[in-house]
Amino acid sequence: MNAKQKDVVATIAINVIVATVVGILFFLLAYILISGLPHVSWSFLTGTTDSFSGAGGIGVQLFNSFYLLILTMLISIPISLGAGIYLAEYAKDNWRTHLIRSAIEVLSSLPSVVVGLFGFLLFVVQFKIGFSVISGAIALTFFNLPLLTRNIEESLSAVPRNQREAGLSLGMSKWKTEIGIILPVALPGIVTGIVLSAGRVFGEAAALIYTAGQSAPVTNFADWNPMDAASPLNPLRPAETLAVHIWKVNTEGLASNAAQLSAAASAVLIIAVLLFNLGARVLGNYLYRRVTASK
Amino acid sequence: MEQTNSEFKQDGAPTSQDWARQLHHATRASREDWFGRGISYLCIGVIILVVASMLWFITSKGMATFTQNHVNLWQFLSGTNWAPDQGHIGALPMIVGSFAVTFAAALVATPFAVGTAIFMTEIAPNKGRKFLQPVIELLVGIPSVVYGFIGLAVVVPFMRHLVGGSGFGIISATFVLFVMVLPTITTMTVDSLRSVPRFYKEASLALGATRWQTVSKVILRAATPGILTAIIFGMARAFGEALAVQMVIGNAAVMPKNLISPAATLTSQLTTGIGDTIDGTLPSNALWSLALILLLMSLFFNALVRLIAKRGQLSHER
Amino acid sequence: MLKQYSFEKTAVQSFADNVPLALRTENLQVFYGANHAMHDANLAFPKNQITALIGASGSGKSTYLRSLNRMNDGIATVTGKIWYHDVDINEPDVNIYEIRRHIGMVFQRPNPFAKSIRENIIYALRAEGIKDKQVLAQRVEESLKGAALWDEVKDTLDKSALALSGGQQQRLCIARSIAMQPDVLLLDEPCSALDPISTVKVEETLAQLREKYTIIIVTHNMQQASRISSQCAFFHLGHVMEYTPTAKMFSDPQIPVTQDYISGSFG
Repeated sequence: MNAKQKDVVATIAINVIVATVVGILFFLLAYILISGLPHVSWSFLTGTTDSFSGAGGIGVQLFNSFYLLILTMLISIPISLGAGIYLAEYAKDNWRTHLIRSAIEVLSSLPSVVVGLFGFLLFVVQFKIGFSVISGAIALTFFNLPLLTRNIEESLSAVPRNQREAGLSLGMSKWKTEIGIILPVALPGIVTGIVLSAGRVFGEAAALIYTAGQSAPVTNFADWNPMDAASPLNPLRPAETLAVHIWKVNTEGLASNAAQLSAAASAVLIIAVLLFNLGARVLGNYLYRRVTASK
Repeated sequence: MEQTNSEFKQDGAPTSQDWARQLHHATRASREDWFGRGISYLCIGVIILVVASMLWFITSKGMATFTQNHVNLWQFLSGTNWAPDQGHIGALPMIVGSFAVTFAAALVATPFAVGTAIFMTEIAPNKGRKFLQPVIELLVGIPSVVYGFIGLAVVVPFMRHLVGGSGFGIISATFVLFVMVLPTITTMTVDSLRSVPRFYKEASLALGATRWQTVSKVILRAATPGILTAIIFGMARAFGEALAVQMVIGNAAVMPKNLISPAATLTSQLTTGIGDTIDGTLPSNALWSLALILLLMSLFFNALVRLIAKRGQLSHER
Repeated sequence: MLKQYSFEKTAVQSFADNVPLALRTENLQVFYGANHAMHDANLAFPKNQITALIGASGSGKSTYLRSLNRMNDGIATVTGKIWYHDVDINEPDVNIYEIRRHIGMVFQRPNPFAKSIRENIIYALRAEGIKDKQVLAQRVEESLKGAALWDEVKDTLDKSALALSGGQQQRLCIARSIAMQPDVLLLDEPCSALDPISTVKVEETLAQLREKYTIIIVTHNMQQASRISSQCAFFHLGHVMEYTPTAKMFSDPQIPVTQDYISGSFG
């Protein structure tokens, strides 16, 4: 076989590989949507689950997923913003910064099950809070912090140096310059990163099984006082999320229609994650235009 | 005083003492900076605290098997009998299971990932950016429980049909993990192929080399450290993946006899077991030891990536 | 071959006691790590005059300028004294934000904030605690007039500053600096990114500003230095070689290196 023929063969092989990869994705999406969507109905989205068999609707789980997501973001955005500003603005190039960056890298490379186990150890075993919304939200925060911090640092550092100099040369503090001048310019990148990480958090299950728990007690959606035990906002109640529900139904569920249920739940989960990805792009582009273009 | 931000007296020209005071006194800006410094140090401190306590807790828990229950480390690593209730702590089945699915998944995924990356960078960069990039990003975005569910609903029955048995096992887990690590390896390979200087390619093509010769002899060679890093990242993801694997591997803590019989990985054993144990007992400690192995492996993958990055830098400097 | 000039032979003027000085440096040295970028600079800047710092790129003139309002903090090590109203502002315990409020700076590339024209000017004022709308509006108008930009932008103050031309952006940056009501204005090659017409506008602006401010300008353009400055310092490889009134520097340079630089037979 000469070089020309090899070239042709390799090109064909690569095309076959690409076709396979694309085929796998389309199969995945088609399978989930075709087998799942017909079972998605209003009553499925809002109904409650039979705690014994796992059958029934996913209303509570859906609520839990969003509730945990919002709590996680409320905790992790300020912390990663502060940490991102530290790394972008205050950190000097020395061994200490090196160590800090390594620590963040280690945290981001830890398997989510390890993060979940740590949360379990800390909140359930040590602090005896039990499986709860708050344990889950903090475990998800641990899982979310390194990525968000890195994203924020990168977005801040990408803002041209001369914007910082402009702020400082006017006698503004580093902090004010970073918050008032740099942050607004970096916002499109940061928002994109936040929404993408929201998609990741929304689909995460391994970190939640032993922190937020695997049960979704029926809550009283008329009671919005977070102090009440039956309130959906009560941070101390166990909260099975949609992703955990899919796992649970598939591994321990006794429902006769487990496959249909999880297909439908998977379809909902996939659509939610797709919306997050799409939303990240649209929102990022929109903000980018607002920041750069002349109003 | 605060409003005008000045310590100057209103009457007469300021003396040099006035100037010295004015230039030394704390202003809104300097207070703001202490505040900002405090906040950002606090935030980074929280992260460091989380990492440190995570390492400390899991290490001390994982070591308890050996320090409190006096299990022999070698027996733990080489024993094949996992029955913590009866005092048998042999973790080898899970260790073998984890490494088997990780290597197998990386082995299958690498040609696909590299092929796709070559397509995206060298063969059809336009189509690659417009069409394949979103496909890959979508694959990254799919949650692992969904992969697990599809594995359970499609791959496991398919294997059952094909080779008989239950369909659960290493091969099903490999297949699921292959799809999961594919986007990781592809994305990073694309990055490293793109960072190969253009003139390498142009020089090679100008010498009359075919596209494939250029790709295989010049571009892939130049991008090798990056591709290796990509594969290690993929392996790290496969090694740490819990639920998707747990759903299709069958969860039998026995030495895998073949690729199609139920087996277990470190992660699957942890997810299945940790809820049923009582803290402080041997079965619980033994599971934490498995978690410690996971932690150490993740640190190892991390170190490996750094090593390759350092090597790459050195060879570029030369 | 590059000519070697002796760093021993320099011609640096000092001023009589009755000349009011805005700023004076004493043995100012700058180090980037092991790199000794500026050697013993002893320069004094008379009040309400424009002083030009000239020299080839890499001569240390920008490095020197950035040290004057402590913009090199965290980037380079600066030793020596910088006297401002009899206070050494190179001391570590001096409030650097207060210094920069009195000693403003305009950079090589126009760097307006990604905000409206009005916000560009009032952002730092508000950060300092000035809330009064009338005061702010007045400062906007005064500073834009001072920078000769008012007539061009007075109807579009709420438009993004990024939509302005390069020359307008640079004048906005000057306006932003003078809105802080500084004593001294440092300009680091402010026209190097501008076209000739914008350059003329900026130069005209500077000539007017001299009445209220002390201006120190770094430029690589000798014509510009001779047009606008009254004092001129020539930098060479991290040394101040000659510092004389501008007219003298260009008609009767004192030492060979300056002669060669000005006649264009340098290096």
